[in-house]
Amino acid sequence: MAKITYIAFDGTVYDIEAREGTTVMENAVRNSVPGIEAECGGACACATCHVYVDPDWVAATGEPQPMEEDMLDFAQDVQPNSRLSCQIRVTPALDGLIVRIPESQG
Amino acid sequence: MQARGEGLNHAGLFMFTEVQRSIMSEIIETDVVIIGAGPVGLFAVFELGLLDIRCHLIDILDKPGGQCAELYPEKPIYDIPGFPIITGQGLTDNLLAQAKPFAPTFHLGEMVAGIERLEDNRFRVLTDNDKAFIAKAIVIAAGGGSFQPKRPPVPGIDAYEGKSVHYSVRKMEAFRDHDILIVGGGDSALDWTLNLQPLARSVTLMHRRDAFRAAPDSVNKMRALAEAGQLKLVFGQVTGLEGDDGHMTHAVIVDNDNQEHRLPATRMLPFFGLTMKLGPIAEWGLNLHENLIKVDTEKFETSEPGIFSIGDINWYPGKLKLILSGFHEAALMAQAVSRVVNPDKKVLFQYTTSSTSLQKKLGVA
Repeated sequence: MAKITYIAFDGTVYDIEAREGTTVMENAVRNSVPGIEAECGGACACATCHVYVDPDWVAATGEPQPMEEDMLDFAQDVQPNSRLSCQIRVTPALDGLIVRIPESQG
Repeated sequence: MQARGEGLNHAGLFMFTEVQRSIMSEIIETDVVIIGAGPVGLFAVFELGLLDIRCHLIDILDKPGGQCAELYPEKPIYDIPGFPIITGQGLTDNLLAQAKPFAPTFHLGEMVAGIERLEDNRFRVLTDNDKAFIAKAIVIAAGGGSFQPKRPPVPGIDAYEGKSVHYSVRKMEAFRDHDILIVGGGDSALDWTLNLQPLARSVTLMHRRDAFRAAPDSVNKMRALAEAGQLKLVFGQVTGLEGDDGHMTHAVIVDNDNQEHRLPATRMLPFFGLTMKLGPIAEWGLNLHENLIKVDTEKFETSEPGIFSIGDINWYPGKLKLILSGFHEAALMAQAVSRVVNPDKKVLFQYTTSSTSLQKKLGVA
C-alpha cells in the first residue's frame, strides 16, 4: 500500500491508502474524493481527472506520455505539473504522493 | 382513451411557444423517436424493429456510437457478452449492421430542445435545428447526457458567450473583419484558423504548447502563415476578457514565460473538446434521481407515460451503468413500447433462431 494525499480545491485533505498497480484516479473515485470526474472511466480519453502533482513529486511520477499530453490540451488551467490521474499508477516509490485537484474539470 | 400524462401540458416546459411552432419547417411522423444514438439507442432500433416499430434517432454528435465512438473508438471493451474484446468503434459498427434491416433514420448534430404532449397523446419533439417530429413514444437513451463544448475557466466568460465567444462556427460571415482569437491545438482549432484567416481582420492562434495534435498538413499551412506574418501564433492561456455588454475588445493572456499581454480580439473560438452535460433533459418535467431519469424495471418507462428511458441515463434500484444492462433494458422497453404504438396488436414472444417471421424482418429468411 502507498499513502496518497489529495488536496481538494477548497483545501480539504483526503489521505487514501492505495493498492499498488491501481491508478491515482481510481483511488480518488473509489473513495469519493470530490473534483475528479473521470468521465471516460480511465481510458485517457476525456481530461476530467486532471490533477497538479506536488512539485516535490514531479520527478517520481514522471513525464506524461504523448497520448496524455494530447489529452491535457482539453484540460483547464494546465500547469507544468499537470497530469491526468488515470495515467499515474501507484508504486511503492509513490508512497506519500501529494496531488492537488483543480477548481474545475471543465 | 387512457388518461395519460394529465397535467403535462400545464407544465410550461413541455410547451412550445408560437414562434417555435411557426419555425418548425419540416414535421416527421414516426412511431418512435430515440434520443441518443449510442450503443443502447442503436440496439433499441433492433429490438423495436423486430416488433415492426420504425425509429428516428437524434444525436448531438456528428456520428452514431455515442461515447464509444467519441471518447474511446480505439479502446478495448471487455464486458460485452460474447465478445472477449471489442473496440468502441467495433461495437458501434456491429450495432449499426445489426440495426440496418430496420432502416433507422439518423438526425445527427442536433439536440432535442423540447418535448410536448399532443391532445391525441402523441408527442411533438423539436430539435435545436428546428426539426419537428411527431411520435407515438419517446425513448431517451442519452447516456451521460449531451456532449457539449468545454468552457475555458475564464472569469465572466458567460457574458460574452453567443455574442463574442463561440464554440462552433455556424456562419463564417459572422467572423468577417473581426480580430479572432482561436484557442486549442486540435483539428477544429487548426481548420478554423485556416478557414477564417482569409476573411478576418486578424487571427491569433493560441495553444498551451508548441505541439499540435491536428493533421500535419494543417499544422504546416498554419506555420507557413505565421512565418509570413499573416497570423499570430501564441503559446499560453487566456486569463480574462475585456469588453462591454458581451462585446469583447481584448483578451488578457499569459504566455508560457508568465508574461501578461492584452490582445485585441472581438471574437474568440475556444476548442477544448467536449464534456457531457444532462442539458435540456433536466427541464422536461420527468422525475429524476440525482440527475438520472427514474424508470420502472418492467417497462423502463419514466414518470411520463409514453416516455421511456434506457441505458446510462436512467436509474432504478440496483442500476449498473453497463452497456449490457442497457441492452436488456432495450428489449423490455420494446415490449412495452409495442403496446403503446400498436395497442390492438398482440405481442408474440419469438426467437430469432427459429421464427421465420423475425427472420424475414432481418432479411435472412
